[in-house]
Amino acid sequence: MLKNYFKIAIAVLRRRKFFTFISLFGISFTLTILMVATAFIDKVVNDDYPDKKRDRSLYISHMEMAGKDAMNSAGLSFGFLDHYVGRMKTPVAVAISSNFNATNTYVNNRKIVINYKYTNAAYWDVLEYKFLEGKAFSKQQVANAERVTVISEDMKKEYFGDDTGPVVGKYLEADNVKYRICGVVKNIPITCYSFYADIYLPYTVSKNDFGNYNNYMGDFNGVILAKNTADVPKMKREFDAIIPKLPIPDKQYNKIYSHADTYLEGYVRTGNETKSGILYVTLALSLFALFVMLLPTLNLVNINVTRIMERSSEIGVRKAFGASSQTLVYQFIVENLILTFLGGLIGVVLSLIAMYFINNARLIANLELTLNFTVLGYALAICIFFGLFSGVYPAWRMSKLNVVTALKAQ
Amino acid sequence: MISLQNIEKVYRTTNIETLALNNISLDIAKGEFLSVMGPSGCGKSTLLNIMGLLDAPSRGQIKISDQTTDNLNDKQLAKFRNQKLGFIFQSYHLINDLQVLDNVELPLLYRDTTAKERRQLAAEALEKVGLSNRMKHFPTQLSGGQRQRVAIARAIVGRPEIILADEPTGNLDSAMGNEIMEILLQLNQNDGTTIVMVTHDEHMAQKTHRLVRLFDGSQVL
Repeated sequence: MLKNYFKIAIAVLRRRKFFTFISLFGISFTLTILMVATAFIDKVVNDDYPDKKRDRSLYISHMEMAGKDAMNSAGLSFGFLDHYVGRMKTPVAVAISSNFNATNTYVNNRKIVINYKYTNAAYWDVLEYKFLEGKAFSKQQVANAERVTVISEDMKKEYFGDDTGPVVGKYLEADNVKYRICGVVKNIPITCYSFYADIYLPYTVSKNDFGNYNNYMGDFNGVILAKNTADVPKMKREFDAIIPKLPIPDKQYNKIYSHADTYLEGYVRTGNETKSGILYVTLALSLFALFVMLLPTLNLVNINVTRIMERSSEIGVRKAFGASSQTLVYQFIVENLILTFLGGLIGVVLSLIAMYFINNARLIANLELTLNFTVLGYALAICIFFGLFSGVYPAWRMSKLNVVTALKAQ
Repeated sequence: MISLQNIEKVYRTTNIETLALNNISLDIAKGEFLSVMGPSGCGKSTLLNIMGLLDAPSRGQIKISDQTTDNLNDKQLAKFRNQKLGFIFQSYHLINDLQVLDNVELPLLYRDTTAKERRQLAAEALEKVGLSNRMKHFPTQLSGGQRQRVAIARAIVGRPEIILADEPTGNLDSAMGNEIMEILLQLNQNDGTTIVMVTHDEHMAQKTHRLVRLFDGSQVL
């Protein structure tokens, strides 16, 4: 039976080559857009390098002070993270790092932009960077404010050239300071903005004063690690309890907000401190996907309805010879699914090509889009959505055709 | 075999009522070859459609093989048609996208059969109508007479007890028409299939067992 449906489906597709082309183009093009977008989101949200312990981590990146007429919002100070968060009981480790900043340096009269980031020693325990060479700086080295640095693979290539040997022990100059390289790590895309940098430095080498914990706001963020996943809610509660107790430094404010978020909450936080952004982001993404899919679906519905009229003789004959309405609906939906899966297959190929170009164009540093099972899974779901939504209504109309009318039509 | 009692068919539009069939009662015996004649628009095809359970009468009762049919739902009707009835149409109604063999197989798709059985039965039916050598052709590659023979093969492949033919020779020249008529007569004689044929052709009608004439929806003979 299925083989027969397949035969007729292919025959119908071949009969109206132009319509088929339009349908397939609509499906495969839409699918390509959605697959590349999904691959992008999947990469950004689901790639857990270097924070592999996501399930037992909470992320603190932001603070807002609000008053009747004033509002101030920024990252956190090292002092706040070190003094208040560092003294929390539940976390087993607190990774503190600054946002990345850029500086220029010159190698052989060539300008190189270096994004640098300050971290504490625990940063390297909480996050699992893959070291291609050497190792991270130690607690002792941080305490001694040694001028050491961990650099990225790309920075190594840019600074020392493509085919250089090991660089651990060599020096890299930034802001007129020479740092001894102690390790080289695998690249991180810039979309993973909390952990991306070209070079990582001990926070103690910074010229800033880090002792002041009365100023809560600054340029830093923290990752706190619980012993196990069960402790995460407890850790969250402990952090939430700290905030209301903080002395408010300025009279114009009366409330302080800051959150220890799970990865996803943190990534999509919209700036609204009282609500999580997850709902908004999910809603926005779904609406986007829906609109993108709506056009080709309507187009397919339209083409399918026209095709029914063309095939009224066939419908009449099938009914006369014993096909029930239900069987016909089934046949038509299967045919439509065959069409959409064909479009899906083309879409996968197009996506691969699109991703190849996006990856090669290096639009976003170190972002390598891949077609993994998650993305393919979504693609499959989208195909089924297409197939069903564009098939059900025409199929229903078709099955309602009166046999006598259907046979007279030709 | 087929029993029609007081069949009436009324077509209604918003302001006109047309009586297509007026109180028709007819009994057709097993193995009978009946032809229905009458001028265009007299209700011949409507009568045939009602016998074929493709259209419901406005009033009256149809019995086929001693089974009343007015209380069957869509699914049951489909099954009933599939088991008992075979149809032949004036304009063949073959599916042009499918090869001859696939066209002939069609009624068997809606039965519990394996692909192999279907192939075999379809091949046998095509042999009966003398088209064994055209199995892999598409309908558009055949002449009108050949197409109608494919349609006959499709009608008989499921071995129905009754064949309903709506002007089967209407689109054919007399030589081809005679050929088709010959096949129908043989089916009737050799296999005992009951046949009801609507026709315009007096000459064809003469060859059947009985002739019914309709005029303005009423039976006049």
